[in-house]
Amino acid sequence: MILDHLTRRSFLQAGAAAGGGLMLSLSLPFANHDAEAADGDGFAPNAFIRIAGDGQIVLTMPYVEMGQGTYTAIPMLIAEELEVDLNQVQLEHAPPNEKLYGNPLLGGIQATGNSNAMRAAWQPLRESGAIARTMLVATAAKRWNVDPASCRAQSGEVLHAPSGRSAKYGELAADAARLPVPESVVLKRSEDFKLIGTPAKRLDAPAKVNGTAVYGIDVRPPGVKIATLAQSPVFGGRVKSVDDRAAKAVKGVRQIVRLDDAVAVVADHMGAAKKGLAALVVEWDEGPHAKLNTQDIVAELENATRNSGPVAQHIGNSDEAMASAVTKVEATYQVPFLAHATMEPMNCTVHIRKDGCEVWVGTQVVARAQAAAAKTAGLPLDKVVVHNHLLGGGFGRRLEIDGVIRAVQIAQRVDDPVKVVWTREEDIQHDMYRPYFFDRISAGLDGKGMPVAWNHRFAGSSVIARWVPPVFKDGLDPDTTEGAIDLVYALPNMHVEYLRVEPPGIPTAFWRSVGPSHNVFVTESFLDELAAAAKQDPVAYRRALLDKSPRAKGVLELAAEKAGWGQPLPRGVGRGVSVQFAFATYMAHVAEVEVSRDGAVRVRRVVCAVDCGTVVNPDTVQAQIQGAVIFGITAALYGEITLKDGRVEQTNFDTYQMLRMNEAPAIEVHIVQSSEPPGGMGEPGTSAIVPAVTNAIFAATGKRLRKLPIDTTALKQPG
Amino acid sequence: MTSEWAFDMATTIKINGVDRTVDVDGDTPLLWVLRDVLGMTGTKFGCGMALCGACTVHIDGAATRSCITTIDSIGTSEITTIEAIGATPAGAKIQRAWLDREVVQCGYCQSGQIMSASALLASNPKPTDVDIDDAMSGNICRCGTYVRIREAIKEAAQSSGQRG
Repeated sequence: MILDHLTRRSFLQAGAAAGGGLMLSLSLPFANHDAEAADGDGFAPNAFIRIAGDGQIVLTMPYVEMGQGTYTAIPMLIAEELEVDLNQVQLEHAPPNEKLYGNPLLGGIQATGNSNAMRAAWQPLRESGAIARTMLVATAAKRWNVDPASCRAQSGEVLHAPSGRSAKYGELAADAARLPVPESVVLKRSEDFKLIGTPAKRLDAPAKVNGTAVYGIDVRPPGVKIATLAQSPVFGGRVKSVDDRAAKAVKGVRQIVRLDDAVAVVADHMGAAKKGLAALVVEWDEGPHAKLNTQDIVAELENATRNSGPVAQHIGNSDEAMASAVTKVEATYQVPFLAHATMEPMNCTVHIRKDGCEVWVGTQVVARAQAAAAKTAGLPLDKVVVHNHLLGGGFGRRLEIDGVIRAVQIAQRVDDPVKVVWTREEDIQHDMYRPYFFDRISAGLDGKGMPVAWNHRFAGSSVIARWVPPVFKDGLDPDTTEGAIDLVYALPNMHVEYLRVEPPGIPTAFWRSVGPSHNVFVTESFLDELAAAAKQDPVAYRRALLDKSPRAKGVLELAAEKAGWGQPLPRGVGRGVSVQFAFATYMAHVAEVEVSRDGAVRVRRVVCAVDCGTVVNPDTVQAQIQGAVIFGITAALYGEITLKDGRVEQTNFDTYQMLRMNEAPAIEVHIVQSSEPPGGMGEPGTSAIVPAVTNAIFAATGKRLRKLPIDTTALKQPG
Repeated sequence: MTSEWAFDMATTIKINGVDRTVDVDGDTPLLWVLRDVLGMTGTKFGCGMALCGACTVHIDGAATRSCITTIDSIGTSEITTIEAIGATPAGAKIQRAWLDREVVQCGYCQSGQIMSASALLASNPKPTDVDIDDAMSGNICRCGTYVRIREAIKEAAQSSGQRG
């Protein structure tokens, strides 16, 4: 919940203002009919729903599908109120239009991120369905000359039980379109929900198991050429010279494109483009960062934390409390740069003609993609058409438009449409990375071992400051500090400072679980340190601090119970716990981790308890936690991007490893029933699992790990 | 095998039962012939080095990484891709189990996962957890669907009626 500039009211008005005049031409591969079918005698009471005279119901998706199940959960909200079955609807990607499809929780930017699609959609998209249903019922009642209250809607029809009459939505669409859009509508009571809260099959699954789903990388406009590129291996470097004789001789290579800071080989197919790129001899002017190493950046961050910075949270008087504490505990923590490594490598297809530009891409920010393409091509916005697609993973990478700009720059020099596909090496070495953070943290305990003072200061990049500058205020932003402030625990004296330090020579960006990906590792590890210093059980210690946070206490107790907390484990195996409130969701993990004598770490089992308020699609909640846990364990065990001589050292999945099937733990998810508004689900599992794993390693070995990724050599037992 | 000879020669390969002739260098990986030359985009590019399995196809029934399989190495072998795997008994069971278990998330790696799982099931109707680890650990899923992939393979195996 970080941004709230555009109110729900203006969001809805914007939607309703479009009336029936909305025409969209984008359709998903699994939509069976042309979108044009809705024109003419159709009914489009807002920007999300279109009902054609032939009965076709098309829902326009304001949030993009990148695996998180939004293309099932959002239709559930609309369909619940519209009274249609999920198998009666077809889906479309929303075109770029921030007035209609801006995210009210992201300052009106048309973006899918921060795990907030469901929070943003919960009220307005149910209302959009209710508006349409109300108008269809009113139309039928008028036609039959009966009281609307005596009619009801069900499975795409309006029924009048007393007379046995019924009319399908399609038959009512043309007349419904003539009615005024109602000012207010009544939403269903939760006890009347038919879809919300019941597991629903993913609408995108069939196309994803038979190879027909179309991702950005799969588009093939007529005449398309394939290009691959090399950007300056040192960030900020430039092309000095290019010898393209050998590259041009490769069969299938059509053209070499030289930009200021990149070269691209355009070919008939990617095989030829890659072969051509390998044959290209490029000399680089490496620029100011040619000697930059990771340790230079870390030293700068560490230095920054020696001085005080902007205060993110201050409660009580932690200096005084620290001075009178019986026990003092202090530590430093570090988390590395991380790449996103979406399975679909970065790509974008562009066709520039004299009169305009067409872009095919899978993006979390379609309006920004359009604006970037227009600016780069020197065209007015209305001359740029962007076709959005399914995303082969987002995780924050596709909140950036660097790939669109690159593709337009290349396409400006190519006559045909050109699909720019990054190699995996280019994707990892020219990502925009989860920032490195350096943290100093200390606490004072009273005679019973409970915390009376808490001081935390950390330094690192603010992605918000670049991505949405107005939200960065007085040296602080709500994302970089999430998980470090507003902790669920009762801490009477607390002081948190954040110092924005932008690293030179490496771009930073949002990464799945964003601010909490760093802060929750630090705070939940440190809380475990306090429990150890107090010689108390980590679950009992936390529980004692959660009297004022019943939902947090609830998930902690549930996870501990289901995990069998306290039951004996074999030698070398430990349990670790974490509690988190982030993205408006409460979550507790218990990880069971085995550490071998050689230091190898294996996560055997994860038990998660989650209270995310009202659950829309329980199956998606479970799936998102299962996946987020794997994502977090991957980072804990392997995730690290390092710079040497200005270059990212990692290249592909051999040096930037992913967790694999043989390493995947059993994962249990226990969902707390709740009628609170829905919380976010895509990200919380990632940030919360990491400290549970390192705390389990402490339980198994007595070794406290304060730097990620996990250093297994430090866990090796002598002899 | 040498690229000098392959340079100007069209190559014919059999894909999903159909002979296809393409005019590319002999050392061109099959992946790019499928995706860019023939427009069969169900097979995905992930790494280009046989590290992730997104490009998995069957060659004579064996799960094979098409990103490092050169077109001149295939000869008369039969290639099967995700577009046709549903026509095989193992492939159909795997696809059905994938839907029953709601395996997919972003879905990008799932063509490769399904091809690896189908090859496993075709050769081993009742795979153990270790068999599943061995067959599937070459396929990366960044969304982390491994728990459900394992369940789905077991479900598909049960539906084969080969209970022991």
